[in-house]
Amino acid sequence: MRVTRDLDLAEECVQEAFTKAVTAWQQELPANPGAWLTTVARNRALDLLRREQHLRRLLPLLVEEQVAPEEPEHTDLLRLVFTCCHPALALESQVALTLRLLCGLSTADVARAFLISEPTMAARITRAKKKIAQARIPYRVPDPEEMPARVDAVLAVLHLLFTTGHTAPSGARLVREDLTSRALELGRMLHTLLPTPEVRGLLALMLLSEARTMTRTDEHGRLLLLEQQDRSRWDRDVIEEGLLLVRQALQAGPPGRYALQAAIAAVHADARTYEETDWREIAALYALLLARWPSPAVALNRAVAIGLGAGPEAGLRALAALDDEPALATYAYFPAARADFLRKLGRTEQARRAYEEALLLTENEVEREFLQTRLLELDQDKA
Amino acid sequence: MSQYLVLIYGDPTYEAGSSDDVMKGHMKFGEDFGSKIAGGNALQPTSTATSIRPDGAGFAVTDGPFLETKEALGGYYLIEAADLDEAITISQGIPMPAGGVEIRPVVVYG
Repeated sequence: MRVTRDLDLAEECVQEAFTKAVTAWQQELPANPGAWLTTVARNRALDLLRREQHLRRLLPLLVEEQVAPEEPEHTDLLRLVFTCCHPALALESQVALTLRLLCGLSTADVARAFLISEPTMAARITRAKKKIAQARIPYRVPDPEEMPARVDAVLAVLHLLFTTGHTAPSGARLVREDLTSRALELGRMLHTLLPTPEVRGLLALMLLSEARTMTRTDEHGRLLLLEQQDRSRWDRDVIEEGLLLVRQALQAGPPGRYALQAAIAAVHADARTYEETDWREIAALYALLLARWPSPAVALNRAVAIGLGAGPEAGLRALAALDDEPALATYAYFPAARADFLRKLGRTEQARRAYEEALLLTENEVEREFLQTRLLELDQDKA
Repeated sequence: MSQYLVLIYGDPTYEAGSSDDVMKGHMKFGEDFGSKIAGGNALQPTSTATSIRPDGAGFAVTDGPFLETKEALGGYYLIEAADLDEAITISQGIPMPAGGVEIRPVVVYG
């Protein structure tokens, strides 16, 4: 039962940190509470790092720290990260525990973020805690040989949190800022505690996406494509931070999945206008990503990049090669991409059918409205 | 130390001892983790299984495994480990010619 006790203790600690924050904020509310928390967490971690000079080479030493009588506080936080994101827990439970225990969100808020009822979420969290206790999922930092796989599991949770916030699967709002900012906070924290190239890659990826968030929709909440976005409103400071991290991640050796995705985001961020986008570079990066992480969605993005670099016909050919991919059969972006290329070639009726197909496949209202606008534009193209 | 039952699932028709490689694998597992192994056995194929279910008045005895599955229980180890991570590390040493293993914590009463 040691694990439960530790876990509940950790939960109390996180809540204590948030209580402290709330007490401080009652006197003076910071302009950006999320950033304030991150700064506090980072300063605290940096203090600890300074105190423990050896911790620069964190991985091997953390394991020794485990047996040392006095453990630095930040290993508590890392342990909690690895317990919440243990692969023996269902991914949905890992995400729920991370929000509940690491971010201190209430069960009601976690439930709202995932569009399920509070009792369902409460049951999910209880079940996960029970498994941790009964199967004795350890509350510790993994051994060095287990570390890469376990860090991957943590990154998968953060990435899922971020993308869930970034493109809500349904409902009226495209971005649920809460989730994206929580994922960013956790990413910064993890990067401070465990600055490996893949952690850096994911943080860079999140920052480079976040920097463009404000321009993804217009004042009516309508989805704007990269092509239509006002690049002068992209957050340059955040982009610079992201670009620096991408460079560091790429210098560290063969890039992993997140570093490659961040590199792709960096090519976009680097282009001053949409027309300046280096689509060939992007298609080449997608090819590398596909080799590292074979996934139908990556193959689709590569096909789109080929079309944007080498022309709509090349794009249609690249898309056609994916026709038999079962995972893409229900993915709205696939027919939507085909529709865009068909439209550029003036094949209006085929484009119309493809947009209509895409409309059947998405429930996100913002995306639906976008596709409907495209359909109306087709009529104007004809007239 | 806690106990975990590691259930080995695989081809229902597999005859224990029919493959030298698998046998060698189990021997190596025994050498590598001897002190962690509290017990274990291989089972005859599911074609030898008999199932019993209460049917109100008494018992219905039938031929065959309790559940017909593509991957059937073929054997088990009872292991001792400090926590699930250690149990996972140990279990990865078990030969898994087809299928895989399931780790179940053993209930401690009292």
